[in-house]
Amino acid sequence: MHPVLIELKGITKRFPGVVANDYIDLTVLRGEIHAIVGENGAGKSTLMRILYGLYQPDEGSIEVNGSPVVIDSPRKALQLGIGMVHQHFMLIPRFTVAENVILGSEPAGALGRLRRKEAEQRVRELCRQYGFALDPAAEVSMLSVGEQQRVEIIKVLYRGADVLILDEPTAVLVPQEVDELFANLRRLREQGKTIIFISHMLDEVLEISDRITVLRRGRVVGTVPAAGTTKSQLAEMMVGRPVLLELEHPPVTPGEVRLEAREVTVAGRGGRPVVSRLSLAVRAGEIYGIAGVEGNGQTELVEALVGLRPVTSGRILIEGHDVANASARAIRLLGAAHIPEDRHRRGLVLPMAVWENVVLGHHSRPQFLDGAFVDRKAIESFANERVEKFDIRLSNIDVPALALSGGNQQKVIVAREFSFNPKVLIAAQPTRGLDIGATEFVERQLLEARSNGMAVLLISANLEEVLSLSDRIGVMCSGELVAEFRRGEATPQELGLYMTGTRRAGATSP
Amino acid sequence: MEYVTSLLSLALIASAIRVTMPILLAALGAVYSERGGVINIGLEGIMIMGTFFGAVGDYVFARQYPALVAAIPDLAPAAGVLAAMLAGMAFALIHALVTITFRVDQIISGVALNLLAVGLARFLNILFFGVATQSPGVSGFTPVDIPILEGIPVLGPIATGISPMILVALLLVLIGHWTLLRTRFGLRLRGVGEHPRAADTLGINVYGMRYAGVLISGALAGMAGAYLAIEQAHLYFEGMTQGRGFIALAAMIFGNWWPLGALGASALFGYFDALSLRVVVLPVPSQFINVLPHIVSILVLAGFVRRAQPPAADGVPYTKEEE
Repeated sequence: MHPVLIELKGITKRFPGVVANDYIDLTVLRGEIHAIVGENGAGKSTLMRILYGLYQPDEGSIEVNGSPVVIDSPRKALQLGIGMVHQHFMLIPRFTVAENVILGSEPAGALGRLRRKEAEQRVRELCRQYGFALDPAAEVSMLSVGEQQRVEIIKVLYRGADVLILDEPTAVLVPQEVDELFANLRRLREQGKTIIFISHMLDEVLEISDRITVLRRGRVVGTVPAAGTTKSQLAEMMVGRPVLLELEHPPVTPGEVRLEAREVTVAGRGGRPVVSRLSLAVRAGEIYGIAGVEGNGQTELVEALVGLRPVTSGRILIEGHDVANASARAIRLLGAAHIPEDRHRRGLVLPMAVWENVVLGHHSRPQFLDGAFVDRKAIESFANERVEKFDIRLSNIDVPALALSGGNQQKVIVAREFSFNPKVLIAAQPTRGLDIGATEFVERQLLEARSNGMAVLLISANLEEVLSLSDRIGVMCSGELVAEFRRGEATPQELGLYMTGTRRAGATSP
Repeated sequence: MEYVTSLLSLALIASAIRVTMPILLAALGAVYSERGGVINIGLEGIMIMGTFFGAVGDYVFARQYPALVAAIPDLAPAAGVLAAMLAGMAFALIHALVTITFRVDQIISGVALNLLAVGLARFLNILFFGVATQSPGVSGFTPVDIPILEGIPVLGPIATGISPMILVALLLVLIGHWTLLRTRFGLRLRGVGEHPRAADTLGINVYGMRYAGVLISGALAGMAGAYLAIEQAHLYFEGMTQGRGFIALAAMIFGNWWPLGALGASALFGYFDALSLRVVVLPVPSQFINVLPHIVSILVLAGFVRRAQPPAADGVPYTKEEE
């Protein structure tokens, strides 16, 4: 057998205005875990889509097992033994595990009758072979995220893949689930499978992979063995300049309580409480981080705090004013800023120009009004000043927000929310989907806000981020605050236990 | 007591079964379409096409092949049913093309079909029969008796002299339920209605499956129309569907997008429909009875809709090109 399993030679892919892959060479060896790292827009996903047959390269060739191939569809990729585990799970929640696995290549008898027993048996065997804990008859909607990911992997194995492409597989997992995923991946490697692992989480890449290929702006920067490579070396390869991985966290003496929730209960769809009797307090000059698996009430808590969702019971205090069930406008006027979780739906009006988005919600301040009319000159000069200060990259402030990259869109929101002297900042997933550079920028801004005496509530699915920025950390699970720690008190593993509900404790007071 | 007896009389139940059928067939069609992810509000229009072409097929076949029909009288209505199903599929094909291939809003396309059907039926009726609103009379199927049930005295009126289309419709419900739940086709159709992107990544032809769902719904709604014209009225006349296509949609929702559920819901609506059609001794004005089926469907849906579980991608056009 050929030691080189996949060889990409001179792969080039152009999209209007960008060269996503610029003459990329990549060699994947049989039985290795090969990581591909790079910032957003470096071309990782494009390259993998070419390998999986979703895109056709404009130039270049692909060899599998030493012979040239044309991969023009995912079906063809699977025939060649190449399978993809998508970042956003491609699972049907209402189907069982077995149904999800067999869909598209079902064992069937006369009249297309499904052989359900046989399907479940085959899934069970695959699980046994690779040591995956899964019940084939369970409905997928009842599974944890980690289990759903296992279903995705089994789906690919069921189709006979020898090469598994995993696209950002750890982004959605808690630390324990990452550990389990890695154990599963190592077991797959032992059984002769080859794994291509796409990520920008450098610690994880160094832990799991044998070799690492770094992409930057569509080009290969280099391929290095994981052993003997450091995180800062990788970061520098990725970004093209030295990166400060740990931001400075200077001591700040917290001031008075600015934002307080007292026994807040919030109802979700169907009236069931999704946040129950949650209490917390955030002081001036403090970052309070909320860790938790997504979907445990964080979204609803934030919506209640900023006036977008009614509170069933309890009180919310901003500088002593009770704002439970107050309007979003009233809450903003009290000095609460909000970086929303969904920047496209809540943070920006995408078709509107940047200058309009920068003052959204503040447009009726006297400084932007000229009698009854909007003072466009005043807004434009304000917008230009913000664009400069927050280093928003754009041709001019008249372009619609949808024309900006994700990082620059987030900067527009940050620029707006940090203006007008906010007292309290509620930042939900502020760095989601941003690359290292933009993440560093947003995190710096949060720390600066803290130094300037703002009270910051940070909600993030990225545990590393919560740990590195927060003065105190609360863990949410099933709508409750199940634990509270001071900075440095808890390890990621401990937090993980609380996040998954394995362990719980009464919340300590600040 | 007198009221209760009249509300449960066998004659009323027999009549309820008859008027249930067109609702049931159209609801079954809606199940296929929506399980695949396409809302088909054009069912009413497709039914109108079914009523017209059912009558035309029946009438034309009887005129063209008098000898054949003399020997086997059921051939003429069978030709009518076939014509109605084909016409229904042709009409549904428009909906499929517009909503699946060109991704037009499914509600708008459905409303357009409903408007088109009214005008088209009138136009074609003038073309075929020289008058605007009515076809000549047509013959129905020979009624059949159900061998075992007819012997039981109480059930006699229900089990004798019934349309064979009723039996076919009930059979289609069972087949439909089995197909959706137990076959490869059903799993794929549901997959496409729940999460088309996932189905696509697994090599399933999303557009093909959705076309299949919509075309089946067209055939069944056409058949529903044919039943009205051929078996119930023995002619086509304008407006004879009376909004049953919409009631069928309600029945499908109340039946939670499953054929057996649609059967139960259709039977409920059919019962009130029958009540409104028959002279029942009740101490309320007859106008009230006439609006009963519609009021019941509103009440039922208002109460039920919270718990309804539509396919996750129902009504959402699918774009193959990513992001």
